[in-house]
Amino acid sequence: MPSESPRKTFLVALGVCLVCSVLVSTAVVGLRQRQQANRELDKLKNILLAADLYTEDAAVRQTFDAKIHPALVDLSEGQILPETPADKRLDPINFDIKVIARDPKLSRIIPPTDNLAGIGRRPDYMVIYQVMENEQVVRLILPVYGKGLWSTMYGFIALKNDIQTVTGFIFYEHGETPGLGGEIDNPRWRAKWIGKRAFDESGELKIEVVKGTVDPASSQAQYQVDGLSGATLTTRGVDNLVQFWLGENGYGPFLQNLRAKEVAHE
Amino acid sequence: MNKSLRILSAPLIKENPIIVQVLGICSALAVTSKLETAIVMSLAVIFVTAFANTAVSLIRRQVPGSIRIIVEMTIIASLVIIADQLIKAFAFSVSKQLSVYVGLIITNCIILGRTEAFGLKNAPLASFLDGLGNGLGYSLILLTVASVRELFGAGKLLGFTILRANTEGGWYVPNGLLVLPASAFFLIGLIIWALRTVKPETGKE
Repeated sequence: MPSESPRKTFLVALGVCLVCSVLVSTAVVGLRQRQQANRELDKLKNILLAADLYTEDAAVRQTFDAKIHPALVDLSEGQILPETPADKRLDPINFDIKVIARDPKLSRIIPPTDNLAGIGRRPDYMVIYQVMENEQVVRLILPVYGKGLWSTMYGFIALKNDIQTVTGFIFYEHGETPGLGGEIDNPRWRAKWIGKRAFDESGELKIEVVKGTVDPASSQAQYQVDGLSGATLTTRGVDNLVQFWLGENGYGPFLQNLRAKEVAHE
Repeated sequence: MNKSLRILSAPLIKENPIIVQVLGICSALAVTSKLETAIVMSLAVIFVTAFANTAVSLIRRQVPGSIRIIVEMTIIASLVIIADQLIKAFAFSVSKQLSVYVGLIITNCIILGRTEAFGLKNAPLASFLDGLGNGLGYSLILLTVASVRELFGAGKLLGFTILRANTEGGWYVPNGLLVLPASAFFLIGLIIWALRTVKPETGKE
């Protein structure tokens, strides 16, 4: 073994740390832009998947720009903000739920009794994505998130412009068990959401995930989605976050206003 | 040359880190439900073992015995972070599936074990080959287990359907047990059993 003097020990430790930190910081800084681009592209891709507009990776950005209009919604007021606030973090392009939910000025604490999704703080604003066709909004893509069994699950739920029918549901980030809770990614389970009704004619929130299989003969079948076997807690989490985000503490007021506007038009 | 070849090939079967030394099996359970994640994980482990062993060997005459473990861990941890960053930049969808397991390579006993047992006592080139060989030995088992689990657990290989599962309108009834991490235990156990029957000397202390 080499000499053990304190001076030598200190110098070797210092040298190793210096070299290692230079290597690590070079990798992190050098690759940051690429990773950021990957993350953004992945998010856009999932929005398109929820909107049923995804074709291939190369076309993601183009399709998004052509067909999707992001908008900032004030959740309590239930209104789309007419212009983007000066705060850069509220810009629809930069909007990051995790950043906003951490800022006490831009989010609020959800009282435990209402906290179905298990999220603690909820942003005051959310960016929603409107799918446009001939200048008309045909679908709404609403970001949702909440606790599953192990992790916070982030996803998008898509509603048709009748503000009742679900047209898509996808999670883009979660840490549930692969093969069990992770089956929320399974396209076959996601397809079960399509065509279900989230609200009844009077606008009451009715959709729920049931344990086992939905009885197709039941009058409630149009509001119910099959649970995932082996993933009771994850599906309960999904059910809870849907109840929360489509309810009065989530997009409830916004959807209510849209409905009122529809009626006024007719 | 023969010696180098022996250093490289010994860890493949005869001194395989997973099935002979039974090290590093935690990650072998976690990332083997699909072949794709197992391949990326294998590449990351090969990269880390090879370079950590080389780096430790390069400074082996300078490192005082009292801090050698911490020096080895610092080098390993740095290499793991670099590997993780590279995966996030170049294989984003796989990095989402691997999640924390790349970071957990730091705690993989194979790597610290090789730097302690080999890198600290041998020349850089030999250490590089030893690291490479151990990484490959680990990968060999990982890929075998992952192929069995993906093929019989999901009816697919690398995401391509081989056995059409009944949930997708085919005839094959997937074996749900193979999707669970515990099944990797059984598979590794069976491989160890087979190896010790064929080559009894690998089971001796």
